[in-house]
Amino acid sequence: MSEALRVKTMEEFVAQGAQPEILFWVGSAGSYDDRAKKISRAFVKILNKANVDFAVLGAEESCTGDVAKRAGNEFLFQMQAMMNIEVLNTYGITRIVTCDPHSFNTLKNEYPSLGGNYDVVHHTEFIKELMDNGRLSLEGKVYKEKRITFHDPCYLGRANAVYDAPRDILRKTNATIVEMKRHKKTALCCGAGGAQMFKEPEKGDMDINVLRTKDALETNPNIIATGCPYCNTMMTDGIKAHEKEDSITVLDVAELIANSI
Amino acid sequence: MQYLPNIIFAIALVFGIGFFIKNVKKLSRNIKLGRDVTVNDNKPQRWKNMAKIALGQTKMVVRPIAGLLHIIVYVGFVIINIEVLEIIIDGLLGTHRIFAFLGSFYDVLIGSFEVLAFLVIVAVVVFWIRRNAIRLQRFIKPEMDGWPKNDGNLILYIEVVLMFLFLTMNAADFQLQQLGAAHYQQAGAFPISQFIAPLFDGMSIESLVLVERTAWWLHILGILFFLNYLYYSKHLHILLAFPNTYYGRLKPQGQFNNVEAVTNEVKLMLDPSADPFAAPAEDAGEPEKFGASDVMDLNWVQLLNAYTCTECGRCTSECPANQTGKKLSPRKIMMDTRDRLEEVGKNMDTNKGVFVPDGKQLLDDYITKEELWACTTCNACVQACPVSIDPLSIIVEMRRYLVMEQSAAPTELNNMMSNIENNGAPWPYNQMDRLNWVNE
Repeated sequence: MSEALRVKTMEEFVAQGAQPEILFWVGSAGSYDDRAKKISRAFVKILNKANVDFAVLGAEESCTGDVAKRAGNEFLFQMQAMMNIEVLNTYGITRIVTCDPHSFNTLKNEYPSLGGNYDVVHHTEFIKELMDNGRLSLEGKVYKEKRITFHDPCYLGRANAVYDAPRDILRKTNATIVEMKRHKKTALCCGAGGAQMFKEPEKGDMDINVLRTKDALETNPNIIATGCPYCNTMMTDGIKAHEKEDSITVLDVAELIANSI
Repeated sequence: MQYLPNIIFAIALVFGIGFFIKNVKKLSRNIKLGRDVTVNDNKPQRWKNMAKIALGQTKMVVRPIAGLLHIIVYVGFVIINIEVLEIIIDGLLGTHRIFAFLGSFYDVLIGSFEVLAFLVIVAVVVFWIRRNAIRLQRFIKPEMDGWPKNDGNLILYIEVVLMFLFLTMNAADFQLQQLGAAHYQQAGAFPISQFIAPLFDGMSIESLVLVERTAWWLHILGILFFLNYLYYSKHLHILLAFPNTYYGRLKPQGQFNNVEAVTNEVKLMLDPSADPFAAPAEDAGEPEKFGASDVMDLNWVQLLNAYTCTECGRCTSECPANQTGKKLSPRKIMMDTRDRLEEVGKNMDTNKGVFVPDGKQLLDDYITKEELWACTTCNACVQACPVSIDPLSIIVEMRRYLVMEQSAAPTELNNMMSNIENNGAPWPYNQMDRLNWVNE
């Protein structure tokens, strides 16, 4: 990326005696996965553009434990949760934004009963908020002639009923938004949830991501948009399985917005 | 001797309802074998859900054809039961059509019962065709082989027979009314059975009375039989859909419960002042088992879910794992849970109310690890269920047992989990490198 990103840690905020407007929870994928790191950078570009005073935890952030919980390891989940809550509460964090629906879900729904109460928003909701408040506007040229279909991440859609925010902001790119036959409540999973991301699938006659990409291909899109780093990987692999990687790209909503500024 | 029919009727009624109550008690005992869980939050919302989902059938019509047909059978079932009330009073008192004094309103009632009975027959025939001729995917999955398939068809046959008996009874009655037979006063409208009546042309009053009485008796005895058949079939949903939607999940679908026993242990582990070598308290008792390997480890709402399932298979047809040929079928999870619970219940019946370990359990003997690990926790099954059943919660509870009690997770998942333990991420990267992405 050409321009340098402005990212401050909580530690730096505290050293300056300041408190950020919001904490950006980067998540493990957003921190380490090569593809997901681009999403983190795109989102920061948006935050910088809108002059959002945000912080990250940096090395003080640790896995939310979500994936351990879905795999059945409640011990590991709660260990991770309580350590993270300790850090978040010490810093007096009140509001969190994240690009990962899995972190979003567990921080929002599963941390409160363990002592972590925060206002948690998904990055698509936060971007919409920035637009609604006039803090962010798009040129909306890049994707004007493009067809985009949005794949609902399970933990954003069905799990938390966030369906409109990603679609609302995608429309601002002036692209044509086309819906897959199964979308919103009936959207098909990409196949990565429930810890499947980290293991080989059970024996079957097809991989789930290939089936889901087939849904997307039926809309004849130029771009498949999603709002989850894991969905992104699965859909990208699915496109390759269908040998469509030359004509169709998989992008996060944050990347589409960042490119449209 | 003139009271003989009344007495036989009363005996049949007491026996039929008594036997049903006996089974309901068994059902309630079995459900209570589950772990206790308090579900009394937000009662107004719970009543609303019951009214909307069970009474209003809102989730049935997500699939319009099946939904509409189901509403016909459901409305028919509920409304025609008003007629059953009259039949019971008539049977006990020896009267005939005791509600006839309602006059033209009675005509409307009987007329609409007839129309509904006819529509129910049409709907049931279409249901039969969907199951046996069109063979819709979700009705021919492996878990439907044998009894579940026969059970589904048997219910359709019973419903058709009951409706035909009802219409035959009315047709004979109509004919008798035309002939001015004694005790058969002019009452009711017969928009459907008037077309059956011509079949009885030329029959004597005695023969018509015989037909009418036979149909009347078979109809009410059939209803008592059907009532008692419920417990032995998948058809309990007609009753249990109501409590099940009341106790259904209100929290966001993505929110899994935090196991409290684990919370206590984790707090102790993180507490710097706790003595790691302290002997457990005298009254500590057996440490709690984590997760579920058998039905008694599930909570009672999950067991109620299992009895409520009517094996429609909407969950399975929406399941991404099942759609791609994996063994997992959320419907099978519910059927297995119910079948194992029934087995445990029967074990208790033969052992004076105490469960004697039978060397079997829900895990492995019914549900395999392969099924459990195929789940993506996407909630499509939960979303699809028309009566608020949550198969996912059972899958997660059983995964918890596999991981926390047996350390039996797939190797790749064990690697992922030890990475989280060691460096706070599911991949083996240094935690100090978490911010490297900013400058790459």
